Amino acid sequence: MGNRCAVIGVGQTRYQTKRRDVSIAGLVREAALRALEDAGLTFKDIDAVVIGKAPDLFEGVMMPEAYLADALGAAGKPMTRVHTAGSVGGSTALVGASLIQGGVHDRVLVVAFEKQSESNATWALSTHLPFNASLVVGAGGYFAPHIREYMRRSAAPDHIGTLVAVKDRQNALKNPYAHLRIPGINRQMVESTPMLWEPIRYLETCPSSDGACAMVLASEDKVTGTPAWVHGTAMRSEPMARADRDTVSPQAGKDCAADVYRQAGITDPRREIDVAEVYVPFSWYEPMWLENLGFAPEGEGWKLTESGSTALDGDIPWNASGGVLSSNPIGASGLIRFAEAAQQVRGMAGEHQVDGARTALGHAYGGGAQFFAMWIVGAQKP
Amino acid sequence: MPSEPLVAEHALEFPGGYTRTTGPVIGRFLTELRDGRIVGVRTAEGRVLVPPLEYEPETGEPVTGDYVEVGPAGTVMSWAWVESPRKGHPLDRPFAWALIKLDGADTALVHAVGADAAKAMRPGLRVRPRWKPEADRVGHITDISCFVPEVTAMVAHIRMEYRVRPGRSLSRFLEGVRDGVFLAGRCTHCDKVYVPFRTSCPECGSAISEEVELPDTGTVTTFAINNLPDPRAPQVPFVSAYILLDGADVPMIALVGDVPAHEVRQGMRVKAVWAPPEERTLSMANIRWFAPTGEPDVEL
Repeated sequence: MGNRCAVIGVGQTRYQTKRRDVSIAGLVREAALRALEDAGLTFKDIDAVVIGKAPDLFEGVMMPEAYLADALGAAGKPMTRVHTAGSVGGSTALVGASLIQGGVHDRVLVVAFEKQSESNATWALSTHLPFNASLVVGAGGYFAPHIREYMRRSAAPDHIGTLVAVKDRQNALKNPYAHLRIPGINRQMVESTPMLWEPIRYLETCPSSDGACAMVLASEDKVTGTPAWVHGTAMRSEPMARADRDTVSPQAGKDCAADVYRQAGITDPRREIDVAEVYVPFSWYEPMWLENLGFAPEGEGWKLTESGSTALDGDIPWNASGGVLSSNPIGASGLIRFAEAAQQVRGMAGEHQVDGARTALGHAYGGGAQFFAMWIVGAQKP
Repeated sequence: MPSEPLVAEHALEFPGGYTRTTGPVIGRFLTELRDGRIVGVRTAEGRVLVPPLEYEPETGEPVTGDYVEVGPAGTVMSWAWVESPRKGHPLDRPFAWALIKLDGADTALVHAVGADAAKAMRPGLRVRPRWKPEADRVGHITDISCFVPEVTAMVAHIRMEYRVRPGRSLSRFLEGVRDGVFLAGRCTHCDKVYVPFRTSCPECGSAISEEVELPDTGTVTTFAINNLPDPRAPQVPFVSAYILLDGADVPMIALVGDVPAHEVRQGMRVKAVWAPPEERTLSMANIRWFAPTGEPDVEL
């Protein structure tokens, strides 16, 4: 795994529908400055910048990494753009970590953002090229059939998706950065919202957010303050059209989890991981990923959700921050998972802190559930 | 029977308009307006009144002779929306009357704000004057046509025009679809059949050369009921389904029709509904949708 690497600074913007007061440059800078402040550093101390975001069509800015170099203090430094669809935030953190683990740099700033209000993600994801037969309507239209298949295979009761939608929004009420903050959120509220892409209801989907997240990663010698140590990093991908591809529980996700657990010495994720920040943009993805990530046997992930195990006071809290269901600046959503995992083991998660969290999982996926990025962070030096 | 009441339209107007002597304070304000500047006057207590008054309203004392340039930008304190402007209003489209505190002033000025809609108005909105052309300015409050919001967003029109070629494999597939058949490719290494036809295997990377003709029947493996309208679908709700054509190893996404959305099932047997041969082109639009065959469902 190379040299030791730690998170020494985290910065987030408040996530909301429209950040009309700042440009894209102002948005990423806000997150970057907060991460630097947390680390007690300035741009001068940073060796390299890694940036991630969703495809350029989302804001219509070609190569935003070039435009944002000055906002991120990257003049005269290496600056890299990472591009792995929805998992990009996670991949961005891992590319940053690899620069430290490989001994190339000592301090790397990783930043990810989206300003969804500048256009429309469903449009950007559904550009209908000539000759193309795709009938997919945005991310919801793509993922709904796979959720339906999960429901059929697992015979999970219909209300499981509702439980996740409520639980994550309850957690969001404890997170000052969260976008969707719905006081009194309950099952009835979720169930009264319309089906958009049946079986996905309106309140079972993530919002469209503007926002940015940043982290300062450091080599062991440069660690200051309260670090979150990186115990394992893994990325996997798989082709979308492969025969026998399991779209409910993709092999790439299983392989990625196995790899990151092996590096971190984890054999029983449910018992050995204290808190997980997992990319759940549609509520049913919680039980699906519980199985894909080995927290529950196949077909039984929903039982953990139903029993309250994944709630903030459960034995394995998932998305204590409110998750993607509560804040979704797409390109940043993966990095937020990784950053929130770090905050938990640093003991700096605030009101949604899980008591005594020592080991945390950060997870992101993207494309047609084809790209996976994960890390394990811990309070203790590996 | 009572007689019609007598009614007449009448206008009372002093011919040519009243002559109004401004006095030194208001005169200075209007003179500056004609020159494209907005000034306030300082009171003995140091407050800046905009528009200026000759006598300080709190104390009744004369204001000082100290004129201060303010604005031109300011902040909306409060407003009232005028949906139907009347004759004599400064704008002939909906607008807001607003109390605007100009930068450097201690009091607010009433003026019109030319906003696109009432929802664009809010306390704290930053506005700037839109001046009449210099030649038209006479030393009157209407030398400012109205205030308009500061620029906080712009529209970037981006459009790319380019030529798309479908490539060899998709062209071959579309030729088949024009002729009413689904062409697939078999990877001889993996023994898997891919549809639409493709020339390389996504699993092993081998070149695919063996073409296979598949029937236009298959099984719905899973689907979504879409309640959001889409230009490619005839109506809402519509069903987009993964259909595993008989003999294929990967599903295709297609519409399911001729059946109510909520009667579509996983495992349902379906058959393509083709456009009439004379309407077909090299396009997936040749397949209108898949419709149930009525055969028993398949166990998935």
